[in-house]
Amino acid sequence: MPIALVDCNNFYVSCERMFNPKLEGKPVVVLSNNDGCAVARSNEVKALGIKMGEPWFKMEQIARQYSIISYSSNYTLYGDLSARVMSILSDFSPRQEIYSIDECFLDLDGFDPKALMTYGQTIRQTVMRNVGIPVCVGIANTKTLAKLANHCAKKGLAGSAGVCDFNILNKEDRKDLFASIPVNEVWGVGHRIKTRLNGLNIQSVEDLCCADAEYIRQQFSIVLERTVNELNGIPCIELEEAGVPRQQIMVSRSFGQPVTTLEDLSESVAYFTTRAAEKLRKDGSVAACLCVYVRTNPFKKDEPQYQRSIVVPFIQPTDDTTKLVDAALTGLKVIFRNGYRYKKSGVLLMGLQSKGMIQASLFDDLDQQVRSDNMMKVMDTINLKMGNGSLTIAATGVRQRWAMRRERKSPDYTTDWSELPVAE
Amino acid sequence: MISILQQHSIQLPALGRSAILVPLYSHKVAAGFPSPADDYIEGRLSLDEHLIHNKNATFFVRAKGNSMTGAGIFDGDLLVVDKSLNPSSGDIVIAIMDGDLTVKRYIKQGAKVMLKPENPHFMEIVLKDGQELQVWGVVTSTVKKFVKC
Repeated sequence: MPIALVDCNNFYVSCERMFNPKLEGKPVVVLSNNDGCAVARSNEVKALGIKMGEPWFKMEQIARQYSIISYSSNYTLYGDLSARVMSILSDFSPRQEIYSIDECFLDLDGFDPKALMTYGQTIRQTVMRNVGIPVCVGIANTKTLAKLANHCAKKGLAGSAGVCDFNILNKEDRKDLFASIPVNEVWGVGHRIKTRLNGLNIQSVEDLCCADAEYIRQQFSIVLERTVNELNGIPCIELEEAGVPRQQIMVSRSFGQPVTTLEDLSESVAYFTTRAAEKLRKDGSVAACLCVYVRTNPFKKDEPQYQRSIVVPFIQPTDDTTKLVDAALTGLKVIFRNGYRYKKSGVLLMGLQSKGMIQASLFDDLDQQVRSDNMMKVMDTINLKMGNGSLTIAATGVRQRWAMRRERKSPDYTTDWSELPVAE
Repeated sequence: MISILQQHSIQLPALGRSAILVPLYSHKVAAGFPSPADDYIEGRLSLDEHLIHNKNATFFVRAKGNSMTGAGIFDGDLLVVDKSLNPSSGDIVIAIMDGDLTVKRYIKQGAKVMLKPENPHFMEIVLKDGQELQVWGVVTSTVKKFVKC
């Protein structure tokens, strides 16, 4: 029954520190796409009271005052280190659910329950020794509790040396611990639910634990009822192992600067479609339809606002970049309006199905299909070998005026021969 | 929406083409003698396999400067570094010195730890009492290219 949640500490900051040891002990933040807000903070930055998601322009002054070092997010680096961490963690359990870039659940069913604290330490030390990324381990009987145990391990509220096992706490200690943690630390309890719970005089985790599950369902949702059950040790959320192909693929991004012309928007849409098509082929899927959307910046209240999306279906599901881009650009032409400053565009591939299982149709041109498959194979192989975007269709453009702003990005230390770390 | 459907999703057989080609078999059948070497083919040798023992813990680092020429490490060489290994005295390591990565030979004699360059023009770095050496990883091999390609 026990489940572990392994979570990397301040993951993006830890990645930056690994290749730049000078950052050790200094306040470091990593900013979101377009250098907008803080998405990762070192402990030193947290101590200064800077919140997750705080916009950079709001903290620039305090950043100068305390010499906070800021980085643009380098997802190439974080993705590579994440894959290494996850691969190492997969050796610790027959079943692993990778929940996000920096955390995963491990099924510890059948392991000696008395030895799990030690096992947690081994996990921590192994990841540290192999990849140099610090992690914390929370152990409990449900996913919601394991999340909470991880929070306790990280904050040092319970357990020891970054590992916390709720199953070895006695009832009273656990009650006291839960009573001391605010309810919004529970997985799935966001700001809005927290406010409503507080209104019902549910302040702490212990309060929610003791709440009547039936009543919670009536007042909120079946989802929160599940949370209450999970807090009481009744597993309601299954471990989802990898290998389940995605149901839909979304690629969208905000632009580094507003875009006004159909030409620039087309480039961005073609580029996002190309990336989505790559993901699609990696999954071995085909898409039955594609949705393309554009919108202006809703925070610029003084500018005229516009947003629209359109779905373009395919008669035969496809994974061919050229066909997908063609459809996306056709859709874009229909929804594009002149006179707006666009901030974001995106592409969503839907109706995904396994490529091997598509129904053939009367008008299929098999020769064409084989040619298309071969071309995509060549494209993927070249891009894997020479780096993303080496071979792409011309529609993605070369100017890429809409590209993300990443002024403070660290080198791609692990994925680019010309950017390797240097030792003297 | 309807117009898109009509324009782009319904494919009609092209006019002027007399028939739609439907292949009878989509796989080729091999004729002739099978290669006598078929049963003897083994995988090609892989440098990755030869040089990397722990894939998740292996990183590449670029050597800079001349402090390790005596050990055959020259400016620009590629160092294969395994982070998971515990250094033994005599190993070449990547260590952290004043926040920078440095490549040196790791020497441990009793309680004394030092980083030894392999070039008489460079000074040894001897750790003072209480100073702890942070080893980033152990250099397991170098790769040197003679032809740019």
